[in-house]
Amino acid sequence: MEQEVVISFEDFGFQYKAQAEPTLYHIDLQIRKGEKVLIAGPSGCGKSTLAHCVNGLIPNSYPGETTGNLTIGGKNALKLGLFDLSKIVGTVLQDADGQFIGLTVAEDIAFALENDCVPTEEMHRQVERIAELVEVKQVRGHAPHEISGGQKQRVGLGGVMVDQVDILLFDEPLANLDPATGKQAIVLIDEVQKRTGCTVIIIEHRVEDVLYRPVDRVVVMGDGRIQYDGNPDTLLCTDLLQEGGIREPLYVTALKYAGVELMADMRPSRLPELKLSERCKAQVRAWFAKQPPAAAVSQREILLRAERINFTYAGGHHALRGIDAVIHKGEMLSIVGTNGAGKSTFSKVICGFEQPQTGRLELNGTDMAELSIKERADHIGYVMQNPNQMISKVQIFDEVALGLRNRGVPEEEIRPRVEETLKICGLYPFRNWPISALSYGQKKRVTIASILVLRPEMILLDEPTAGQDLRHYTEIMDFLSELNRQGVTVVLITHDMHLMLEYTPRTIVFNAGAVIADRPAAEVLNSPEIVEAAHLKETSLFHLSKICGIDDAVEFTRRFVERDREVRRHD
Amino acid sequence: MTNLFNYIDRPSPIHRLTGACKLVCLILWSLAAMSSFYTPLLAAMTLASFVLFRTARLKIRDISFMLGVMLVYIVLNNLLIFLFSPTHGVSIYGTETVLFRIAGPYVVTAEQLFYHLNVVLKTVCSIPIVLLFVCTTNPSEFAASLNRIGVSYRVSYAVALALRYIPDIQREYRDISLAQQARGTEMSKKASLVNRLKAASSILIPLILSSMERIETISNAMELRGFGKGKKRTWYSGRKFSPMDVICMAVCALLLALSLTLTYLNGGRYYNPFIR
Repeated sequence: MEQEVVISFEDFGFQYKAQAEPTLYHIDLQIRKGEKVLIAGPSGCGKSTLAHCVNGLIPNSYPGETTGNLTIGGKNALKLGLFDLSKIVGTVLQDADGQFIGLTVAEDIAFALENDCVPTEEMHRQVERIAELVEVKQVRGHAPHEISGGQKQRVGLGGVMVDQVDILLFDEPLANLDPATGKQAIVLIDEVQKRTGCTVIIIEHRVEDVLYRPVDRVVVMGDGRIQYDGNPDTLLCTDLLQEGGIREPLYVTALKYAGVELMADMRPSRLPELKLSERCKAQVRAWFAKQPPAAAVSQREILLRAERINFTYAGGHHALRGIDAVIHKGEMLSIVGTNGAGKSTFSKVICGFEQPQTGRLELNGTDMAELSIKERADHIGYVMQNPNQMISKVQIFDEVALGLRNRGVPEEEIRPRVEETLKICGLYPFRNWPISALSYGQKKRVTIASILVLRPEMILLDEPTAGQDLRHYTEIMDFLSELNRQGVTVVLITHDMHLMLEYTPRTIVFNAGAVIADRPAAEVLNSPEIVEAAHLKETSLFHLSKICGIDDAVEFTRRFVERDREVRRHD
Repeated sequence: MTNLFNYIDRPSPIHRLTGACKLVCLILWSLAAMSSFYTPLLAAMTLASFVLFRTARLKIRDISFMLGVMLVYIVLNNLLIFLFSPTHGVSIYGTETVLFRIAGPYVVTAEQLFYHLNVVLKTVCSIPIVLLFVCTTNPSEFAASLNRIGVSYRVSYAVALALRYIPDIQREYRDISLAQQARGTEMSKKASLVNRLKAASSILIPLILSSMERIETISNAMELRGFGKGKKRTWYSGRKFSPMDVICMAVCALLLALSLTLTYLNGGRYYNPFIR
């Protein structure tokens, strides 16, 4: 029996008040009760706007002009107030930390109940029940900074579930989570849906990660329109995702490179259920044999050497335990590990923000102990994750010139240096623009430019691609590789496994304040113990190579990555 | 991480009182102290406040920072009173008992010293009560308490949100400041005042920008979960008054009444030992 329609867009369009062009055009979309729908698309495709229409932020908080109809739960959604809609649709926002309102976990879950004037005793009972459902009962008295990112997201989910909503809407639930926690989040969403039978809408561009658990339907958006609406298996047989700037599941791309013709009945959306004929497997093996072996990395001079670094925070937290590591000249390196594993502390020690209690840091063979923060910055540039945390000037030129002016460089020397840096960063045409007019990716470039202008030998970037879609990711990473080719050593702190695989030949893995691995990324991701300790995820390429009977999964991954980079470079 | 509320969780009878009761008591107590210059009453209240402080099992080192700030305030306050009106006591008490002269109008009189004693007592008898409130009220309960005594829940919640975000913003401030220092912005005392002000602005602008992002997220999150829909709301950490709460508030109300009655019977706010 077909379930009733709970959300219905009919020839729906929307234009924000301050914008010249509509963001959504002619949307026709029906979502039935109990369905699980993934809405995928690159940044700016309108998927967040669509979500805002469903939860009522449009038109209540973001005014604009609508055309066509939107019905939710049988009522005209545009006439419903935000509060009425909040009883039907529960939204879990992307920023799990930002939406944590209460002082403790229990209070945050109770927030909606408080607003409904539920008596205190009744509220305590309901919070207990929900805390158990989303598995945060143990930490219900904790403050937000005492729990992990994954737990925060569980709290966020709990906070909307107390309202007993029929529809759960997740706005980029994976954006701020490490791969292992993201996987758990997808499992949790699946289990909650099975237990409550509610309708689930997931807005996300990390398609492979969402497909870890089955979805009923995928809606692909691009340029404010629906490009595809249907079954995930059929979708993966087409090239719609690639064309739309969304990353396909890696194993699907690999099968396509090998020339395998995908059919919906092979179940390409479900790796564990994937049906590959012997002929297809042979095709993959033949492709593997034909690909040239990945180039070996040559040994280089040492730029930075850390020896037995120990660091304990004032509160007594022993964050670094005898760290030994080297960074070579001209290398591109990733540092991975869970939150609290010590990777950020290590970068702070390198930049001189924190002083290690014991151990020695050497730069080009000389001890760094006597160097101040400012002196270290002449050699090592540090780029923070959020560009808005670094930008302090109105004009791009002034922002990039800031470090030089602080160092007392004469103005006639500053101009050519800033302009040269802006050219390298592709920002020269914008040099007289105010920074506020730039996109997120461009702002990121400004912050990188403001570090590069000091001509450091090495730049250290904290999560450079967090929350970016495939196009912006490629843009930022290609830019960094280009810098690397020009001789700058690039160190990246990241959770992103694609980034590790594609761009950094070597990876250092931190766990509980110690280095547990220092080897090629493809090997790290092939080692179950390291993958588990560092909260990573095995890539689907390993499963694929196993299915196809290829023993050297590491080499298979390397060859795939080489090929994939070539293909994307040609695009 | 330092916090505005220095909640110290050590079970005591004072901790068990509800936040709203402690807030009411604090207000009544301060009003009583403010309205009276009746020295015996102030002395008794000072003594009582010390006893209460002991009851809450607080230690001096828990509150040394706040104590320091308040000490500076008392000294400064008295110094300024003496500088601007060295004969205030004389005009209040109507007699002049000169102890010694300093210079010009600055004369030290017994009346002035007695007046200063009263000023000090008024502050000192309130300090332990303020500290008690700050150190024994769970921050979660604070917003509920404010709302309980009649402050609108929107304003009360704004206070709770400030408590929630202060640690985050402190952490962010530190990160931004370090990144700016790495770009060569000098923050230490080596820089001139003008340069230090410039440096401060280079931290404040990013801090404000990223706080704006935060505000947009939080206000969306709050609205999506129904904040602001009704005239009233309930509180997860709100508690009902216990008999002990009622007794405490009654005692403080009596104290205020006593202070006002004494003023009335005494025919003025000042207890005058000089004309007897």
